[in-house]
Amino acid sequence: MNSMIGATATGVPSWLRSHEDAQARLPGADRPWLCERRAEALAAFAASGLPTRRNEAWKYTDLKALGSVPLMPAVTMPEPATACPVPTVLADDDVAARLVFVDGRVRPDLSHSRDLPAGVVFADLTAGLSRHEALLEHCLGHRNGITGRSLLALNTAFMDGGFMLRVPRGVRIAKPIEIDRLSGQARGSDGAPLAHHPRIIVWIEDGAEATVLENWAGGGDAVYFNNAVADVWVGNAARLRHYRLQDEGAAAFHVTTLRAEVGRDGDYETFSFSTGARLSRLDADIGLAGTGAHVGFGGVFMMRGRQHCDTTSVIDHHVPHTACREVFKGVIDGNARGVFQGRLVVHPGADKTDGQQSCRTLLLSDGAEIDAKPELEIYADDVKCSHGATAGQLDDNALFFLRARGIDERTARRLLIEAFLADALDQISLPALRTRLTERVEEWMRDRREEHE
Amino acid sequence: MLEIRNLHARVQDAEILKGLDLSIGPGEVHAVMGPNGSGKSTLSYVLAGRDGYEVTEGTVRFRGRDLLELDPEERAGEGVFLAFQYPVEIPGVANTTFLRESLNAVRRYRGEPELDAIKFLKVLRERARKLGVADDMLKRAINVGFSGGEKKRNEVLQMALLEPALAVLDETDSGLDVDALRTVADGVNALRSPDRSMLVITHYQRLLHYIVPDVVHVLMGGRIIRSGGAELALEVEEKGYGTYVGEAA
Ligand SMILES: Nc1ncnc2c1ncn2[C@@H]1O[C@H](COP(=O)(O)OP(=O)(O)OP(=O)(O)O)[C@@H](O)[C@H]1O
Ligand SMILES: [Mg+2]
Repeated sequence: MNSMIGATATGVPSWLRSHEDAQARLPGADRPWLCERRAEALAAFAASGLPTRRNEAWKYTDLKALGSVPLMPAVTMPEPATACPVPTVLADDDVAARLVFVDGRVRPDLSHSRDLPAGVVFADLTAGLSRHEALLEHCLGHRNGITGRSLLALNTAFMDGGFMLRVPRGVRIAKPIEIDRLSGQARGSDGAPLAHHPRIIVWIEDGAEATVLENWAGGGDAVYFNNAVADVWVGNAARLRHYRLQDEGAAAFHVTTLRAEVGRDGDYETFSFSTGARLSRLDADIGLAGTGAHVGFGGVFMMRGRQHCDTTSVIDHHVPHTACREVFKGVIDGNARGVFQGRLVVHPGADKTDGQQSCRTLLLSDGAEIDAKPELEIYADDVKCSHGATAGQLDDNALFFLRARGIDERTARRLLIEAFLADALDQISLPALRTRLTERVEEWMRDRREEHE
Repeated sequence: MLEIRNLHARVQDAEILKGLDLSIGPGEVHAVMGPNGSGKSTLSYVLAGRDGYEVTEGTVRFRGRDLLELDPEERAGEGVFLAFQYPVEIPGVANTTFLRESLNAVRRYRGEPELDAIKFLKVLRERARKLGVADDMLKRAINVGFSGGEKKRNEVLQMALLEPALAVLDETDSGLDVDALRTVADGVNALRSPDRSMLVITHYQRLLHYIVPDVVHVLMGGRIIRSGGAELALEVEEKGYGTYVGEAA
């Protein structure tokens, strides 16, 4: 595996070599249609390599550090990590199903599908391939889009796990489905860091309803790379709540490419809570394709040390009477850096679009930085669109006021930071999760204090 | 109770307090009057311990302790309370949550047991009712969307809950209608006791009609240039500060 060291800036040769090594072990290695798709994707990746800052969409996020890491595809890892505690979010009784991965491998002992209504397809990718191959082929074929998207192409080429969920027409799943992914526990041969390329497919058919909670965790400080792609379809009058918790390990790289399409009167709410990883990026493309479609796109990021967190999104309003609420809040400390690039496009004919976008950041230190670039592109009439990005510090007046009322500085800061985040967290309509995230904010504040002391 | 000697304080590069002396005994109510920009709020911030208000000379002793070495929250614990001239709005923090944090923090400092949610609400409702603070104001975020007068009432409510040993009221009467002034004054008077002192900063003799001071001071040019009985307030209101200009130098 030593041959993988010495990657070029864009990492192409080492990726090609590692694909040769991994090929036989990738899910569906015996399915010609999938091999073809992988080969095509690999060629597309080889043509462009990892994105560089010359690419406008990657102007503020540099993957150079990733390019120089000798990554090894997780599927080639000889031994899966054994018994290690997996941090979960919701209690077993509060979820309809749970799927647990440790270092990319399914842990059937920790997973269950206890409360899934009949007809719902929920399976990890490998199981999905053997039982629902036609469905998977359909979904992967429906959306290719690898040109100009090298990480997406890389994911397709190496796609090694993840899950598919299809909720049939009219079926409502009352409880959330939780997917826990713990990474960074094992290393490859020669201690090489692992690369995972999970593929997430969520298809909520017309009138159906579901809540999906992705929990990305990574204890410790191992280097690894999660290169995820999530493909989401929300049908007519369907509803999907999609929560993402990104608490990857301190030296991890995490990129999720999220592509979603929302049908007529469909409602897609996605919320990302990011505290982890050395470098993370959410790259979202959300299309409002049917009249009356609604998207809630929100998140909170809390970064410190030398962390880097990038949220880049394009929301496309294709038809009249669609609405989008986008609310992001960031808290940045130390020498951490946040990036927010949000584009809202109102296409010709998409009259009566209601689009609101905001990103507000709290900078807790002199070294903290945010690059925020909200953009509106409007090609229709009679639209109601707004955007805004602000960055500021904790209000000294407020801090002094609270302290003058006997509240110690640490608690006063916590109250103000929680207050700052409140309206973003209020977008979460799952009370148990809201509570859990409030605790996470407190934990973050506590860790921050310990770091400062 | 409070002993201020030769207090010099600067804000940014300007010296605002230039040798201020003031001492308030237990149970006394002192009023401070003075033209705009004379340093009244500066004095109140120095007492409460605000960053950026640098004491360059002098001492402040409160119940025998050096007040200046304490953090703002410790001063609150010791019993210093400042009703802000411009109460701060804090979106996202519910008034009730804040009031409970505040009261329990001060109680902890004083070695008293914290109040649980039910006991706290009982105390809060009772005090709020007396001060004409509506339930709705308790639920809203701190001072957000409150009218000027409501903000001032909210300050007095905080005082009534924390039961300070020294209350500094910085223009708490400004912006109050006649009825509100009465309610607020009643609230203040209800707290008057032999072991509680007050420093009332005001521009108007009217307030002192309700809260009758033991001593009135005139603050000008960063010093107390004149002290007297309640009649001094009347004199100030009649003649203005012009007459004292010579004394301030
Ligand atoms: N943060 C600050 N930066 C610069 N100058 C300040 C600051 N705070 C106060 N000052 C100055 O200090 C002086 C005293 O201000 P202060 O607020 O104490 O006056 P005051 O007596 O309370 O006035 P008023 O009756 O208008 O409330 C003023 O000249 C003011 O401009
Ligand atoms: Mg003032």
